[in-house]
Amino acid sequence: MALSLVLLFVTGLNGKLGWVAAFFFSYVSVSFIAEYRRAGKPAAQDSLLTSISRFAIFLAIIPIASILATVISKGWRGLHWGLFTQDMSEATVNSPIQQGGMLAAIVGTLIMVGLALLFTLPIAILTALYLTEIKGKFARPIRFLVQAMSGVPSIVAGLFILSSIVYPVTGERSGLMGALALSILMIPTVARTAEEVLLLIPNDLREAGLALGATQWRTVAMVVVPAVKSGLVTAIILGVARVIGETAPILLVSGGGDATNVNPVSGPMGSIPFYVWNAFLLGGTEESTQRTWAGLLVLLLWVLILFTIARYISSRSQKR
Amino acid sequence: MTNNDDLAQNANLEPNPGEKKEMKTQTTPHSLADVASSREVKQPGTMPLGSGLEARGVHAWFGSKHALKDVTLDFAAGTVTALIGPSGCGKSTFLRTLNRMHEFIPTAALAGEVLLGGKDIYASGTDVTKIRLRIGMVFQKPNPFPSMTIGQNVLSGIKLAQLKVSNTDDLLEECLTRAGLWEEAKDRLNEHASSLSGGQQQRLCIARSLAVRPEVLLMDEPCSALDPGSTFRIEQTISELSQTMTIVIVTHNMQQAARVSDYSAFMLSDGGPGELIEVAPTTELFSRPRDKRTEDYVTGRFG
Repeated sequence: MALSLVLLFVTGLNGKLGWVAAFFFSYVSVSFIAEYRRAGKPAAQDSLLTSISRFAIFLAIIPIASILATVISKGWRGLHWGLFTQDMSEATVNSPIQQGGMLAAIVGTLIMVGLALLFTLPIAILTALYLTEIKGKFARPIRFLVQAMSGVPSIVAGLFILSSIVYPVTGERSGLMGALALSILMIPTVARTAEEVLLLIPNDLREAGLALGATQWRTVAMVVVPAVKSGLVTAIILGVARVIGETAPILLVSGGGDATNVNPVSGPMGSIPFYVWNAFLLGGTEESTQRTWAGLLVLLLWVLILFTIARYISSRSQKR
Repeated sequence: MTNNDDLAQNANLEPNPGEKKEMKTQTTPHSLADVASSREVKQPGTMPLGSGLEARGVHAWFGSKHALKDVTLDFAAGTVTALIGPSGCGKSTFLRTLNRMHEFIPTAALAGEVLLGGKDIYASGTDVTKIRLRIGMVFQKPNPFPSMTIGQNVLSGIKLAQLKVSNTDDLLEECLTRAGLWEEAKDRLNEHASSLSGGQQQRLCIARSLAVRPEVLLMDEPCSALDPGSTFRIEQTISELSQTMTIVIVTHNMQQAARVSDYSAFMLSDGGPGELIEVAPTTELFSRPRDKRTEDYVTGRFG
């Protein structure tokens, strides 16, 4: 600490960034020298790598922690009960914060993500089973395709649904269309994660099932899938987390919307990211800024809850 | 019991260090033969239960690699046959052709016939799942199903093959008893299989194979991952099981082959495909091997 202050003074580095850099160099070199004197060269090299990776963790945590801190500190004042019981049909983003709420957005997000999950689950899990259990002729190209698809920008998924279904077929934006666009983004994530956990299952187990006179299908259903249940739950949660914050495709194909709409096949449907985007874009007043932060906080809370559930489920089944 | 006798014999083998090397090569076959002859040799056909298995000109390939060449071998009903030979000689491959697990490996190919009760298990139109019900298998590494309890593991074959059983409790007790695990496991049937030790897990796997009432049991080095105590328990189990079924066991441990088997078959690969060199009653194979290569192997000159 003291050394870094000295270094700061000597080298002319300034500001917070300078302090971080100076702290890094002084921390690494002090621990290196101390370890060298205590235990020799190999131990010192060891400590060098240890301190560098500690520093990397520190750097990685900074943005995450500051995002959380900012959102919570700015968002919590915007939280009120009406946020969960009212929608924006009778309020504008610039209305006082007590008027209007996120009901439409929350309901829309739940419906669209729920529907997307419904479409994604069978397709993604069966794809993963094809890649790991059936290992068919097309396994290699399909694996490549799934990997490539996980890099598809979300706006492309939105435009695809817009041009292939919304304009030529339904002629109307709706929550269902939003769910379809989200499915496109979700399938590769879930399929890849599911494939990875399925690959961890030793072949012994599959052989044991087959050697007991089971068909391959029953072996997969009764032995392989139960053995990776927690991994599959994690895959699903990761998929949900991937799409819950998507704004672009929702904007394009489900149309946003301020009124609470529970009918997914007709009429525009809002979502939490859309609410945030809307408040940010159309506002400019203190109230709208307040709404933006509150919306972000609610979204973050959802993601946090989902990850906590996933961790809980996977740790519980690992214990057994 | 035979285990202890055998150890005692080995301990008495070395009168002085100078003659140690000489003695070993000469006496080992005799000690193995002694172990083998202490068993009562069963004559084929005297056992009422189990079906015989006959391999006729079996070849196996992995891709373009010829792994097994023209193996013809009979396993009489109610006998224990040990497959011995150095690593890579095709023992396990041969074992896996006997219940059609060989074809589970991609690129695997096969020629020849395997007759179970006189009918070819590779004949077209044969239901492979039915074959595997009749010919059970125990693997090298204990592989109980991790998502199931001990009791569920034993009965898993019934569920997997969709069989109907009137009294599952009786079957559970019977299978665990026959596998020598009942006393240790009866109070913890609802615990997960991973709570058992390695040796117990392997006996659980044996119990699991027994639940579907196979006529033949194939064992692929069932004791190679286990400590001597567990090995001893499993050998006891094998002896008890051989009263009612045909057993084929692959083993690297010649002492084990001598202890548990009625017949031994020696296989060898000279870099090419594995071949059957010699098959004989175990006592004979260890005391009077006909082939020089068998003699070299059982006396420990190579392999």
